[in-house]
Amino acid sequence: MSDTFTHPYIPNSDPVIQRWMMDSIGIEDIEELFACIPESLRFRGKMNLPEPLLSEAALRRRVMGRLNKNRTCEEALSFLGGGCWQHQVPAVCDEVNRRSEFLTAYAGEPYEDHGRFQALFEYESLMAELLETDVVNVPTNDGSQAAATALRMACRATGRDEVLVAGSTQPDRFRIVRNYLRPDIRVTRFGFDRTTGLLDLKDLKSKVSDKVAAVFFENPSFLGCVETQGREIAEAIHAAGGLLVVFADPSSLGVLTPPSRYGADLSCGDIQPLGIHMSFGGGRGGYIASADEERLVQEYPSRLFGIAPTEKGEWGFGDVAWERTSFAKRENGKEFVGTAAALWGITAGVYLALMGPKGMRELGEGIMQRARYLAALMDKIPGVAAPRLSAVPFKEFVVNFDGTGLSVKEINRRLLDRNIFGGQDLSADFPELGQSALYCTTEVHSKADLDRLASELASCLKG
Amino acid sequence: MKTNPKTEPRDFHQAKWDEPVIFELSTPGERGVLLPGTEPEIAALGNPWEDLPKELHRTSPPALPEMSQMRVLKHYLRLSQENLGADLNIDIGQGTCTMKYSPKINDQFATSPKLAELHPLQAPSTVQGTLEILYETEQFLKEISGLDRFCLHPGGGSQAILGIGSVIRNWVDANGMADRKDEIVTTIFSHPSNPAVAKIKGFKVITIYPDPVTGRPDMKAFMAAVNERTAALLITNPEDIGLYNPSIREMTDLVHSVGGLCSYDQANANGVLGIARAREAGFDLCFFNLHKTFSSPHGCGGPGSGVLGVQKHLVPFLPAPVVDVDDQGNYFLQYEGVDRENRIKDYYGVLPAIVRAYAWMLSLGDEGLREVARVSILNNNYIFRKILRIPGADAPFAAGEHRMEQVRYSWQGLKDATGCGVADVQNRIFDFGMHIWTSHEPWIVPEPFTIEPTESYSKDELDEYVAVLEQIVREAHENPDILKKAPHRSTIHHVDHDVLEDPKRWAITWRAYNRKYRGYFEAR
Repeated sequence: MSDTFTHPYIPNSDPVIQRWMMDSIGIEDIEELFACIPESLRFRGKMNLPEPLLSEAALRRRVMGRLNKNRTCEEALSFLGGGCWQHQVPAVCDEVNRRSEFLTAYAGEPYEDHGRFQALFEYESLMAELLETDVVNVPTNDGSQAAATALRMACRATGRDEVLVAGSTQPDRFRIVRNYLRPDIRVTRFGFDRTTGLLDLKDLKSKVSDKVAAVFFENPSFLGCVETQGREIAEAIHAAGGLLVVFADPSSLGVLTPPSRYGADLSCGDIQPLGIHMSFGGGRGGYIASADEERLVQEYPSRLFGIAPTEKGEWGFGDVAWERTSFAKRENGKEFVGTAAALWGITAGVYLALMGPKGMRELGEGIMQRARYLAALMDKIPGVAAPRLSAVPFKEFVVNFDGTGLSVKEINRRLLDRNIFGGQDLSADFPELGQSALYCTTEVHSKADLDRLASELASCLKG
Repeated sequence: MKTNPKTEPRDFHQAKWDEPVIFELSTPGERGVLLPGTEPEIAALGNPWEDLPKELHRTSPPALPEMSQMRVLKHYLRLSQENLGADLNIDIGQGTCTMKYSPKINDQFATSPKLAELHPLQAPSTVQGTLEILYETEQFLKEISGLDRFCLHPGGGSQAILGIGSVIRNWVDANGMADRKDEIVTTIFSHPSNPAVAKIKGFKVITIYPDPVTGRPDMKAFMAAVNERTAALLITNPEDIGLYNPSIREMTDLVHSVGGLCSYDQANANGVLGIARAREAGFDLCFFNLHKTFSSPHGCGGPGSGVLGVQKHLVPFLPAPVVDVDDQGNYFLQYEGVDRENRIKDYYGVLPAIVRAYAWMLSLGDEGLREVARVSILNNNYIFRKILRIPGADAPFAAGEHRMEQVRYSWQGLKDATGCGVADVQNRIFDFGMHIWTSHEPWIVPEPFTIEPTESYSKDELDEYVAVLEQIVREAHENPDILKKAPHRSTIHHVDHDVLEDPKRWAITWRAYNRKYRGYFEAR
């Protein structure tokens, strides 16, 4: 830096200190330390970056100036869901998530980061109670990565190279899974019923074979439907020697049976509903869960933190079966592992501890009731059909607008003028559903919010 | 109290709360939070789940603990105190990970409701501020790397490597070369995720070891490994040992001459910011870790952010969407010209990490970023000479050369002299409120430790860290038992790690623990 200025983030940017340190090293100029970089590879230009904002005041003005251009889901009334959901984040989740000791830690050992190991073991354990499984991983980057990895795990465990994925799967999740399984695993879709939203068992059964490693579906599905045929699907794939992988929204599991109870060998999903802000889709974490069977445990690529005794009788923690990982074995380990979403895992643990069994049940019940109320209300609006699919919805349901003569795009534009974020437009990804949108409601909505949507929608459809 | 921690280690003890596992804190009936009830008109519609088949009704509630709010808070705050975050530590012992200061003002932006309460599918007109930040961040990264387009989606460096592996895979396939380009060359000092991802994406991995004298990749072995089958080179520079590889351009030229791609692992770019770039070194792809070089905190192992850049010819393979701006100055998610099928992560990136990195770059500018590199290297060479003076510490390879931003050292000399190796030093350094890491496996440098001082620590703090190492080495000579029985002032004592490797005895959840044990590890 200049001779008169020291940057607050860089203590040794002070020229006098630098001189002293250079003398100690035995150099005249810091430039000498770059001697190993050939001149042809040196960047001698100036990076075209804004002039630095050196004071907090100037920085805050600039960054908040940008952020203040946003209109948030708290400032509007939002019915967006589809994989990222507006739930109440308990204040204690934020308090723990922002603790400096957790926020700025990284890769310490159990003897300096005991708290991190215990908190993540507890996260695994709390999720395990929700999922009724004995093994849960330290989170992956997001639910889609968890789904993709669960399917690769199933392929390795069975020695097979084809998976069947439900056609109603969230479209970008399907893309992520298919891309991750490329090039060695074949991904085949199976259908769903356009009337009920439930999976097409006939189509599925026609595709199950002794080459299929796993069947994958979401429950509730992307389209909001609670799948009721889990047991039958499990039996079909198990009979062929494959595994069942179910992607479950953890916010539903206070009221719905966890997938392990109807035959899922691997459960997976995203923990965002559990105390993690949406952050424009930037707050995510993926879980994978299974029984405590060595053949499955050894296929996890993720860190798995276990509990162990110490010489003085404390609760101790550490990595389980380390030799599975790419950290230990590089390309001979299971897939890869690295920085993912550990702090979100700790936060989700805080959430589950705060909610307890009663909270999770009330959450699920309240959401399902609101979804039913909202669908009924919207269905009364001329030209609007809700829910478009007859299966019982959880927090989302498809609303069809064909009878209005308007596109979802136009309706959402009109709702936005009334400060409402309408449901996700499905018309491009699911053209067979016509002009349909995916509406979502959670515990953040009051009856007045739902009533307001219905009345504004009715009014804006009139033009 | 010790008056001069630069010469005499401070009298430290870690927090020890002896906090139970959270399930042991449950008191039936207690509640942590209450939910908003549904209004009578909504409740009157009944419970929709009763319309589901009985087998979908959760009949036994999840066995979560029942706790009051303050007890939950207290539990987690106690655990946080039993965790040595970088804000408390002189965290230079986790080399390769760039444990620098994460400015607190940036946390305010990351946690602002103006960011936190945004849904990813909102209309672009309602998220212009965030789209603008994504757009500007990309422009900054283009300047720093010299590359042409960035994808900000990945949640960390390993996922960025996955993105790179996917680009390479899809590029090979799109060009009809799957049958003849099936090998990826990397180096043993590159992060394990490089070869691991190469294998997932269907490539054979060829690993180059270092030249025993220079420490740089063995050029003879490298030249023998590169041929028409080479799809790509995945490499770091400087590698973990802290030596810039001056032959890097020859290497990328050679790979290009056989029609392969070159990818630069810049997870740690702290020593080259504004000094040397991916473009001049001939790379087609690179990635940065915003939670390392760009100051976003590491969060106990994420959420982080890995951002992946490419040269123009690979833009069509970059995961969609990116952010563009139209003629009216409106920002939008661009799906054209990039690849929607090459998705690797939900939505558009880890915004809290990206916004912190954006603010950090804004607070430094061109000159400041270069100063980061200069000071991180100055600090490293300062501590390098001090550590080499400690008996038993050594830095293999390239004797007499300066280092870049980090060094991989060896305690082999100490082990030979005292029987105490890096694991013993590691267990002892916890007693001083500090951390020391080894290296990724396999250990090419024997008894390795890796120090990266970054630009964040003062000379006094670097001296303090060295004073602790000196003290530990003295103890190793005088009374090795102090090390062998360490840690002495940690939250816990020695963990029986054998339990964690035995399928019959391991317990990955409390549920599994209760199935296998009762009391304190009494087998059922």
